[in-house]
Amino acid sequence: MLEVRTYPTLAEAAENIDPGSVFMSGGTLVMIRVNYGAHGLKAIIRTTDSTLRRIDDEAGRITLGAFATMSDILAHRDLDFLGPAAMAVGGPGVRNAATVGGNLFAPHPYGDFTVALLALDARVHLSDGSAVPIEDFLRNRSGLVESVSFQRPFGDLFRFRKIGRIKPKGASVMSIAAHLGNSPGYLSNARVAYGAMGSAPMRVRAVERALEGAALNRHGIASAIESATEGLEPPTDELASSWYRREVAPVHLRRLLLGEDR
Amino acid sequence: MMKKTPVTFTLNGRPTAAFADPGENLLDFLRRGVGDMTPKYGCGQGTCGACTVLIDNEPHLACITLAESAADREIRTADCLSDGPSLDPLQNSFIEHFAAQCGYCTPGMLMAARALLERNPNPRREEVIDAIAGNICRCTGYEPIVDAILDASRSYRRSAI
Repeated sequence: MLEVRTYPTLAEAAENIDPGSVFMSGGTLVMIRVNYGAHGLKAIIRTTDSTLRRIDDEAGRITLGAFATMSDILAHRDLDFLGPAAMAVGGPGVRNAATVGGNLFAPHPYGDFTVALLALDARVHLSDGSAVPIEDFLRNRSGLVESVSFQRPFGDLFRFRKIGRIKPKGASVMSIAAHLGNSPGYLSNARVAYGAMGSAPMRVRAVERALEGAALNRHGIASAIESATEGLEPPTDELASSWYRREVAPVHLRRLLLGEDR
Repeated sequence: MMKKTPVTFTLNGRPTAAFADPGENLLDFLRRGVGDMTPKYGCGQGTCGACTVLIDNEPHLACITLAESAADREIRTADCLSDGPSLDPLQNSFIEHFAAQCGYCTPGMLMAARALLERNPNPRREEVIDAIAGNICRCTGYEPIVDAILDASRSYRRSAI
């Protein structure tokens, strides 16, 4: 029989996670599972620790608590660059509940905010005090998340867009985020991430390699566009086939990199 | 014996208490436990918006909200809008603009719109569209709903003066 156990701190919640239990933050993922039968689920673990909702900026290092919601991010005057990624997560009712921590666990085709965190090279801070690069975290997606942190991007060099077929809101055909580095005249250490193009959000190394030293213009990024889906096998689902995702990815990558509306 | 949890909260301005089943969502809790039938069940996965209620003045989807998380918070449903035969300007505007046909989405639409107009009584059309972006209507094509909310915003502005 399902039970709900609520603890005052994340550490206490972590101590009481056991097989068959699931940790719940905003509930937008867990409650769907509960509503549809909760097969095998024995307990929902919660915490009322309000410190998990914090948003800090210390010397350009931004920390988002695991319980910070998409609406919290949209309302924060210094996080404009994350606005498009936060807006990509559902309508207002979802954004008021969906959390940064929960988005890290969202199954395909969800997890658009995590795509932005990947391009920002975020670190995931866990309840046991450890911190891991987000790319490593996404391989297993285990542990209780306390917060994520990343360096504030310079100027307009961080970009995000979500591609959907249902307007104004719908799940992603794909989402793309890029952090383009800050070397004048050419790209250096660019980070590019995709969502809905695999089982979890991912960095796109082939594109990143092709962008190294390239000029940010149509000719300069041509090689990166050719590499847009190199080594990828996008999933087929109700929204798009694998073939369709492969066909549109280069187009949307080009638009993102060059700042084109269409 | 299923262990129930007592939940006390404010519902449409009235102190309220009821027992929640383990893992029960706020929608079932309000409808079965409290008897407020205005929020509707549509999808059970936070997609359709028929269950939209306000929690501490913000729209939330009751079907994916754990009932226990409503403890000590202020919940408002579409039941709060009218005072007997006296309708809220939003409700009157929905009638005038033929913004409800089957009516199933209407309570959720009204609460999403109410949250918008309380926060922003002078919204642009795009802001109205975003405010109801999580609410699905299969009858109207949305335009009458957007028109109704924009029209009602004038009443909200007049009442705020």
